Amino acid sequence: MFPETKWRAHVADFFAMGGYGAYLWPSYAVFVVVLAIDALATSLRRRRVLTELRGKLKRREAREMTP
Amino acid sequence: MNPFVLWFHKIGSPPTFYRIAGAFVPWLFGIAIALGAVALYGGLVVAPRDYQQGDAYRIIFVHVPCAWMGLFAYGFMALNAFIALVWRIKLSEILAMASAPIGAAFTFITLVTGSLWGKPMWGTWWTWDARLTSELVLLFLYLGVIGLYHAIEDRRQAARAASFLALIGIVNVPIVHFSVNWWNTLHQAQTVRLLGPSKISGDMLWPLLTMTLATHIWFFASLLARSRVGLLELEGGKDWAREVALADVPGNKMARARG
Repeated sequence: MFPETKWRAHVADFFAMGGYGAYLWPSYAVFVVVLAIDALATSLRRRRVLTELRGKLKRREAREMTP
Repeated sequence: MNPFVLWFHKIGSPPTFYRIAGAFVPWLFGIAIALGAVALYGGLVVAPRDYQQGDAYRIIFVHVPCAWMGLFAYGFMALNAFIALVWRIKLSEILAMASAPIGAAFTFITLVTGSLWGKPMWGTWWTWDARLTSELVLLFLYLGVIGLYHAIEDRRQAARAASFLALIGIVNVPIVHFSVNWWNTLHQAQTVRLLGPSKISGDMLWPLLTMTLATHIWFFASLLARSRVGLLELEGGKDWAREVALADVPGNKMARARG
């Protein structure tokens, strides 16, 4: 056997996870994706809150400028 | 005032907390991700195959740490809810409300990975046994707290009402934990113990404990990040929040580094 095919078989074996790959990989995917959403949602909300705050400040400034 | 109380007041003041938490957040996220990667390598590559469950048991490395975090986050939320209700500390309200979505995320992962583990091992995705049902109740409690917090207009009143619900729901935490002992369930009993020997071999145990540490650090990273946003929202009219908003203009990298 060539080393490359051997390596490929090794990788395929790893992803098959003894026939349980169809259950195992989705569990790991859910874990990674849900936590990524957890962090991402916060940074999006932070950006939105800051934008709203700046808008509020700008409107107040405009009100104070007009007599 | 004694120095400890003074220190606590200083840390607990929104602008100070915002600044200090901001310095910790990227480090905590970074350490959590690095530890998580090591644990995944340990769990998927280094740990040997289980003699009974084959490779399917490897779901344990995400399922169990998330299950623990679901309960830990609830405990943390309830503790802060208690402080918020008794001493009316603003920061505690924010911390309690920030832990709810993180706890809900971990509980959701626990339920989904448990279902994916149950199918090949028990032959079913779901069964209404004590452990699974109480874990689902835990998720609904989190969703109830989040929902109630967003249903009331006044932010501080909303936080207090949701804190009250969180405190009542604490009765479910021991039920989840002891359900495998109190009732006959399909769910296997505890394998890892704090007191006494664990029923698991060392090369399976270290990835599990590393992932447990990683999820704890992730919880605090996310908690601090969420609390910062919560404080900004709550104190939008105050000077410090105004300064943060004006310093943190998109595209202005220097200002963002300082903020």
